Amino acid sequence: MGFIHPYDRPNSYIGRNLSRTRAKRAVAGRGRYTDDITPPRTLHAAFVRSPYAHAKIVKIDTEAAKAAPGVKLVMTGAELKEMCTGPWVGTLTVFEGMKAAPQYPMAVDRACWHGEPVVMVVAETRAQAEDAGELIEIAYEELPVVIDKEKALAPGTPAIHPDLGDNKAWEKEAVMGDVEKAFTEADHVLEETFYFGRHTAVSLEPRVLLAEFDPGTERLTIHTSSQCPHMIETVFARTLGIPEHNVRLISADVGGSFGLKIHTFGDEVATTAASIRLGRPVKFVADRLESFGSDIHARENRVRAKIGVMNDGRLTAVDFDVLGGAGAYSQYPRTSVFEANQIMNITFGPYKHEHFRSKATVVYLNAVPTSQYRAVGHPIGISVGEFMMDWAADVTGLDPFEIRRMNVMEDDGYPRKIGTGIPMKDLSHQACLEKLESLMNYKALREEQAELRKKGIYRGIGIAGFIKGTAPGPEGYYGAGGARIVSQDATTVKLEPSGGVLVCLGVTDQGQGVDTVMEQIAAAALGTSPDMVRAISGDTDSVPYGGGTYASRATAIGGEATYQAALALRAEILEMASKLLQTDPDALDIVNGSVVDAGTEVERIPLSEIGRIGHFQLGELPRGYQPILSHTRRFRLEGLPYIFTNGIHGAYLEVDVDTGWIKHLKHWVVEDCGRIINPQLADEQVRGGCVQGLGGAFYEHCIYDEHGQLQNGTMADYITPMMGEMPDIEVAHVQTPTSETELGAKGAGESGTGAAPGVVMNAVNDAIKPLTKGRVTEQPMTPEVVLKALGKV
Amino acid sequence: MSEETMTISLTVNGEAVTRTVPVRQHLVDFIRTELGFTGSHLGCEHGICGACSVRVDGDVVRGCLTLAVQCDGAEIVTIEGVSESGEIADLQEKFVDRNAMQCGFCTPGMLLTAAELLSQKQEMSREEIREFMSGNYCRCTGYHAIVDAIESINNTRLKG
Repeated sequence: MGFIHPYDRPNSYIGRNLSRTRAKRAVAGRGRYTDDITPPRTLHAAFVRSPYAHAKIVKIDTEAAKAAPGVKLVMTGAELKEMCTGPWVGTLTVFEGMKAAPQYPMAVDRACWHGEPVVMVVAETRAQAEDAGELIEIAYEELPVVIDKEKALAPGTPAIHPDLGDNKAWEKEAVMGDVEKAFTEADHVLEETFYFGRHTAVSLEPRVLLAEFDPGTERLTIHTSSQCPHMIETVFARTLGIPEHNVRLISADVGGSFGLKIHTFGDEVATTAASIRLGRPVKFVADRLESFGSDIHARENRVRAKIGVMNDGRLTAVDFDVLGGAGAYSQYPRTSVFEANQIMNITFGPYKHEHFRSKATVVYLNAVPTSQYRAVGHPIGISVGEFMMDWAADVTGLDPFEIRRMNVMEDDGYPRKIGTGIPMKDLSHQACLEKLESLMNYKALREEQAELRKKGIYRGIGIAGFIKGTAPGPEGYYGAGGARIVSQDATTVKLEPSGGVLVCLGVTDQGQGVDTVMEQIAAAALGTSPDMVRAISGDTDSVPYGGGTYASRATAIGGEATYQAALALRAEILEMASKLLQTDPDALDIVNGSVVDAGTEVERIPLSEIGRIGHFQLGELPRGYQPILSHTRRFRLEGLPYIFTNGIHGAYLEVDVDTGWIKHLKHWVVEDCGRIINPQLADEQVRGGCVQGLGGAFYEHCIYDEHGQLQNGTMADYITPMMGEMPDIEVAHVQTPTSETELGAKGAGESGTGAAPGVVMNAVNDAIKPLTKGRVTEQPMTPEVVLKALGKV
Repeated sequence: MSEETMTISLTVNGEAVTRTVPVRQHLVDFIRTELGFTGSHLGCEHGICGACSVRVDGDVVRGCLTLAVQCDGAEIVTIEGVSESGEIADLQEKFVDRNAMQCGFCTPGMLLTAAELLSQKQEMSREEIREFMSGNYCRCTGYHAIVDAIESINNTRLKG
């Protein structure tokens, strides 16, 4: 049976705003986050971390710590190594030629970044564990530090991991057409270099884990704040040599994740090892300082871009080099090179260009390992591409809207490919451009800008189009790359005796509203109301093996699995009803929780009766007929690496040209994430994503000195966006359903973060244009950066 | 080292409590771990994020910058307390309705600070609401929906 269009059924819940049940308990302070759970006899772990960016560990004296009050266990990295099946090596075979050094959960004989865990102390209270940690004496011998990515491959720079030969993690080049020839034929060739600072996720709830090993059953239960429970279960089980089926991972409420919590961290493995060793629950909560020094970092890249443009505004060739600064190790199992790879994929992605060349190089540094953080690579690629498009508009005398109109891939021109060869389908750049121009009332805004300039007020208007890779398939990276990371997803839909429905999800919910969206999908597909449907997620004992939430995949991949599983349950209910009612299944339908006559909708039998008979009164059914009333369906994307989405942002902001301070006034987004299940939840994903991107564009920066010391490990020094600095964000949609699924949903969770930095960088440059030939080419765009572009410092 | 302690008596969410606590224990750790009111959260432990906001003698304070022993004789109200009293039921309902939270970790602190704003009984522009609320960090929502919810209830209450 085909898709149930939202407007075709009276009881469809697709395309409607339903509030989240998790929200109701959150406002009452009844959320259940991992640190809210403390079983009897729980112990607490604290870590002694390396004060050096690179140092040999000569000697560790733990005697005084072991004798300190409340201490139950002191474990060094070398001792933990003995409990591990082997080291992690963060490579994927799809990244050809990639090199990575083996890594254990804690430093063994050498610390490679400032903040790497070296010794774990477990005590009755966290305070006691920290007190005892201060009694541990570690003799270090400092080693040369590599912290500048521009020098990491220079002759004479020592290799952080000598066995790798040098500090290069990976290198790749992609070519289409002949860029050199196109540059010689172009009317204008524009070239610029961009710098992007390191960021980190700063989820409000830090990383946290509570491990409970039961020596009797040999079962290990881990409560942790994770987006990907099954992946964490698999990695921890295999690292510590516990059979995977003996491990249960529970992520109840997760206090923000943003990609940070798809990763595996050594201190969390150590905490789990302590529970196995002691046979008691052990909890670890990262404090904010250790979060800055051990949560994954991201975004540190230098990009050199060059484009060829004709006098009429046509973009003919693009050429860009990416240099990514990774950390001391490649983050296992997702690697530290995805970001550079994704920058190669998406930069200039909305535009037609026959000639394309891009190259990415990723180098290791004595810094916190980098990996996937919301909208991986996109903020960088979109900032670069959209900056160059605006510059091309300047030199050809076109308006930013006009040059994009001329160069975007046409809405009726698919399928086609981008420069790295990835197929594009079902996109709507043209429709989004038109919608944004009217949404932001562009013409009036330009008039206001001109008037204010006469008064010495410098406001800037920016636009930035984008493509966003969402919902990856198993043929692209993880599965194909050899890692035990799921790209398919699965949902089990069960009819309970009450006539209610349980929807058990391989995807997870960190507040996006995934549970609610899945309840809506299942209710619509089945023909019942969402209050009769209850989603279950975040418990690996209760749900099918799934990938959780990453890369904007939950609704697109998990939603299709849910939809198909609910349709299977619906088909069975109709079959069972047809036997009870002695009629043809095709003559029946399910509407508002009851089996009805198709067409007339006269009620025949409610789902509560189907549930009762199907579970208790099976004698009423014909012999040999055995209803299951529980259906699992899986879905995977086939033949494509991603379902791409598209959209465009607009920004209006004011620059104080004396202080370099930026006041962001208004932000607009037109987004095409395919079919929208819950418009309010989709809008809020976009808004939250935007502000996360704006934080990186304006303020956020993990700053290292030349010794590899992290300079700003507090929220007083690492500035995140607060309510006072952020603008209202208007969101509109174009809906082009993906042709890859019946449901038609694409991912919506990250594109705001991807495009917001580029649009405000364009707006800042638009604001200062009358005053300077300089341009802002660096993020975060601190006052100093703006004043430099203005030639004032 | 031996842990120095002190016995304190205070009122928490309307109930009298007497406990002996380590002198170095923060108020938010005390109410979470000793009393089980886990609605107050720890985000940064250095006074920036506002997740630990609780009301002490009528004022919203940072539970991570206040020691439990400083609260001897004080009256403490947490998110659990205002939820049971129904004092901000309208605001809580609006937060749900407007989806003014995602992960929910900041929400208790955000609501207590917003309750302080509402108690001023003053007309406030969106800009002024943003300024008042700028000591509470939310990484999920982008703040727009929170401003919507607070603005709506402030206007409704002023009309009422």
